[in-house]
Amino acid sequence: MSITRDGVVDWMRRFAGEMDEHRQELVRLDTAIGDGDHGTNMDRGMKKALEKLDAADQADAGAALKTVAMALISSVGGAAGPLYGTLFLQMGTALSGEDEIDLAAWTAAWQKGLEGVQARGKAVREDKTMVDALIPAIEAMESASDLDEGLRAAAKGAEEGMRATTPLVARKGRASYLGERSKDHQDPGATSTYYLFKSAEEALAGSG
Amino acid sequence: MKKLINSPDTVVRDALRGMEAAHGDRLRISYDPYVVVRADAPVQGKVGIISGGGSGHEPMHGGFVGPGMLDAACPGEVFTSPTPDQMLEATKAVSGGAGVLHVVKNYTGDVMNFDMAADMGKAEDIEVETVLTNDDVAVEDSLYTAGRRGVGVTVLVEKICGAAADDGRSLQDVAELGRRVNANGRSMGMALTPCITPASGEPSFELAEDEVEIGIGIHGEPGRFREHIGPASQIAERLMTPIVEDLPFSSGDKVLAFVNGMGGTPLIELYVVYAEVAKLAQEHGLTIERNLIGNYITSLEMQGCSITLVKLDDDMTRYWDAPVNTPALRWGV
Repeated sequence: MSITRDGVVDWMRRFAGEMDEHRQELVRLDTAIGDGDHGTNMDRGMKKALEKLDAADQADAGAALKTVAMALISSVGGAAGPLYGTLFLQMGTALSGEDEIDLAAWTAAWQKGLEGVQARGKAVREDKTMVDALIPAIEAMESASDLDEGLRAAAKGAEEGMRATTPLVARKGRASYLGERSKDHQDPGATSTYYLFKSAEEALAGSG
Repeated sequence: MKKLINSPDTVVRDALRGMEAAHGDRLRISYDPYVVVRADAPVQGKVGIISGGGSGHEPMHGGFVGPGMLDAACPGEVFTSPTPDQMLEATKAVSGGAGVLHVVKNYTGDVMNFDMAADMGKAEDIEVETVLTNDDVAVEDSLYTAGRRGVGVTVLVEKICGAAADDGRSLQDVAELGRRVNANGRSMGMALTPCITPASGEPSFELAEDEVEIGIGIHGEPGRFREHIGPASQIAERLMTPIVEDLPFSSGDKVLAFVNGMGGTPLIELYVVYAEVAKLAQEHGLTIERNLIGNYITSLEMQGCSITLVKLDDDMTRYWDAPVNTPALRWGV
């Protein structure tokens, strides 16, 4: 089994659906420790990304992800725009020209995406950011034996990573100004990243 | 939530339409993406200066576009950084061959988006320099946070750099001057009430009827501590002491003192605060050479104020006094 261009587009459609459905949840999490705009920004950005995906034929999976990246960079603003934009841009570049993506190529693309996010945002593990969902998800993929298992394990890893942000003190972004007061809140960025892996599992696992 | 808006979704666009209706003779407003540009841009041979940030801090930055200050501003959604394509559009619109300066407040989103825009500008062969403002002394452990926030000093950097660019100074000179203003400036703010973003409809934080937050950020970020509200003299002292100790300002220094309203505080109260600032400055041996009092970097309808002190040198004073002609700051013309 492998991931195709159409699978990637379906994944992005599901992710946009999750951002629409969980918009208020993300706003609530972000109001507690940030500035309350994460849900509205991601929802606005992914709706714009779908418009762009539908407007033109995407040559391959990589091109589709680059289209999403540019839409997010030009419509989201805040920190989420550059961070998610960079994630998809790096993944899109890694998957450029790939028609049938296997577990190794998929994992490698995520690793490139993570490198990009960390270069842009300078966050490391346990800073209470989206990186805390990305790293365990990618580690789970690395130890999987096939794509199906990799997709399921990644979603589980991201979910655990997201939950593990709750007791952390934020060291990056606007939440960092709260210091100790940022404890006992789940990070909104790690939460939207969990939905990204959850929609990948739903769109792509068990399809081959 | 009661607000004078048509809809939370159109508030930024509707306000820009108002700016265009009021100042269309001297500002060009584009809506896709949002950019506010001086009507006569680009000025050939002059360093272009742009800034940008989330909306909700008016008149910053759009109200500071005009001769002697900014060449363009990029308004984001309320409290959300603008996007790199806005900044690139602004950079290209004001590029008159002498390079473009980006004035960026130190917030995670602003810094990342301006970083991307600077790369994009350089890719189009426009020389770009960045001045990062980070004057908020309320942020103490800046090693473990996103660092000190850019607040009141930003307005002063934009004014002083704008005049230096008008004076024909080079991009490197103007950037160096901007960094010097930031390095010699310190600010701290306080809030009597929270603010409500139109999109959320909820207060950004809770504050009891008789409490104030000392060290508040311009998006309602928490400050150093909360306390029972005291007289203006006590509040001014709470803000001035950390500012003076941080640089540190010392006896004999000539300063610019800026008392800024957060949006919901009347000018009569800002003058009450200024009287206390003048008294405290005198006690510290500081000479207030120049001052600015009013609502210039606001936080929607928040009640409160911030104080900024900048240690002046001759260049800064000269460029502060130079003519400026923008919707929100205007003298010498």
